Amino acid sequence: MRRAATTAAANLVFRRDLTLAWRRWDEVAQPLIFYVVVTTLFPLATTPDLSQLRVISGGVVWVAALLASLLALESLFRSDVEDGTMEQWVLSGQPLGWLLLAKVASHWVLTGLPLVIMSPVVGTALGLPFDAWGALVASLLLGTATLSILGGIGAALTVGVRRGSVLLSLLVLPLAMPLLIFGSRAVGMAMDGDSPAGPLQLLAAIFFLTLSLGPLAMSAAIRISVES
Amino acid sequence: MWLWFHKLASPPHAYRVLGKLAPWFGWPALATILLATWWGLVKAPADYQQGDAFRILYVHAPSAWMSMFIYVVMAIAAAVGLIWRIKLAHAAAAAAAPIGASFTFLALATGSIWGKPMWGTWWVWDARLTSELILLFLYLGYMALRSSFDDPQRADRASAVLAIVGVINVPIIHYSVEWWTTLHQPASVTKIDKPSIAIEMLYPLFIMIIGFQLYFGWAISRRLRGEILRRERNASWLKEAR
Repeated sequence: MRRAATTAAANLVFRRDLTLAWRRWDEVAQPLIFYVVVTTLFPLATTPDLSQLRVISGGVVWVAALLASLLALESLFRSDVEDGTMEQWVLSGQPLGWLLLAKVASHWVLTGLPLVIMSPVVGTALGLPFDAWGALVASLLLGTATLSILGGIGAALTVGVRRGSVLLSLLVLPLAMPLLIFGSRAVGMAMDGDSPAGPLQLLAAIFFLTLSLGPLAMSAAIRISVES
Repeated sequence: MWLWFHKLASPPHAYRVLGKLAPWFGWPALATILLATWWGLVKAPADYQQGDAFRILYVHAPSAWMSMFIYVVMAIAAAVGLIWRIKLAHAAAAAAAPIGASFTFLALATGSIWGKPMWGTWWVWDARLTSELILLFLYLGYMALRSSFDDPQRADRASAVLAIVGVINVPIIHYSVEWWTTLHQPASVTKIDKPSIAIEMLYPLFIMIIGFQLYFGWAISRRLRGEILRRERNASWLKEAR
C-alpha cells in the first residue's frame, strides 16, 4: 500500500511542477535563450572562422549547457521552501528522496531537455560536423541529467542564502568538472572519427552513481535547510 | 574505559587538553621538518636524471599527501558531527579546512615550480593536476558555504554534507595516475609493490611526511582552540580557562 502511495506522490510532484511551469513558460525559456546567447559569444570573442571554431565547438556547447543549467538551478527549491511546502514534504512520511527526485526530474525536463534538443543546432553554428551530433546529444543527455541531480544537492544546501546562485555555482562546478571532461572528450573523439563509447560509458556510470546516491544527499541537505 | 574519549566532546575539556597537547606536536614538528629538510637538501643523493632539482619532491609530495589526508579527516569529522551531533566535530572540520586548502595550494605551487624545469611547462591539464585543482575548489567551496550562513548550526550541517559529497574526489586524485596516461609520474610508494624510488631518497620523504603530520597536529590543536573560543565566547567556563 505504502509503495503505491510513494509512486503516486512522486507522480503528483512531477506533474504539479510541469503544470506550474506551463503557466510561466517564459521562465522556462530563459535558460535556453541564455544558452544560445553564450554560445554566440565565443565566435564573437575568438574567430568567425568555422574551421577553427570546430576544434572547440564540443567544449563550448558543453560549457554553455553547464552554465545555463546552473542558472536555472537556483530556483529549484526556493519557492517550495519559502511557502512551507517543503516542510510538509519532510513531515509527510514519504521517502523525501523520491519526492525530491521527482522535482529534479521535472526540472530536467523543463531545462535540461530543451538544451539537449537545441545542442545540434548550436553546435552546427560553431562548425560541429554532423557525425558528432550523436555523441553530442548522448553526452549532453547523460550530463544534463547528472547535473540536475548534482545541482539539486547544491540548491538544497544553499536554499535561502543571499546571492545563492554564485555560491551554488561555486559548489556544483568542481563536482561537474568530470562530466565536462568526459562529455567534451566524447564529442571530440566523435569528431576525430573514433568511437566515443569510452567517455559515454563513463558518463553513464557517473549518472547512475549520482542517481543512486544523489537523492540521499539531497534529502539530508533539505532537512538541514528546512529545520534550521 | 572510554571515558577519556567521550570527555573529548566537551568544549572546556577539549580546550584544556588541546592546550597541553599543542607544544607536544609543535616542537617535534619543527625538529622533524628541519631534520628532513637538511637530509633532503644535503644528505640525499642527487637523482641520476633530474640532478638536484628533484629535491623539491620533499615539499611537494608531503604537501599533496597532507592535502588529501586533511580532506578525509575533514569529511570524517563532518560525518561524525552529522551522525552523532557532536558540535566539536563540526568545529574540528571547520578548523581543518584552511590548513588543508593551504597544503593543496602548496602542492600545486611546488608542483608547478618543479614542472617548469622538468616538463618545460608551469601547468598541464592532466588528470592528477586537474583533480588536485578540483580539491582546492572543494576546500574553497566548503569555506564559502560555511561563511554564508548566519545560523551556526545550519552552517555546520550544510558544509558537512558538502564535505562528505566531495570526498569522492580523493580516490580520484590518488588513482588518476593509474587510470589515465598522465604527464605526472605514477605512484612510487603507495602501491602494492616494492617502492620504485631509491631507499636513500625515501628516508627524508617519510621523515618530512611525519614532520608535516606533526605540524598538522599542532596547527589543528591551535585552530580548534580558536574555534572553541569563538563558539563558546558567551559561556561561563571561559572565565576560568587558561
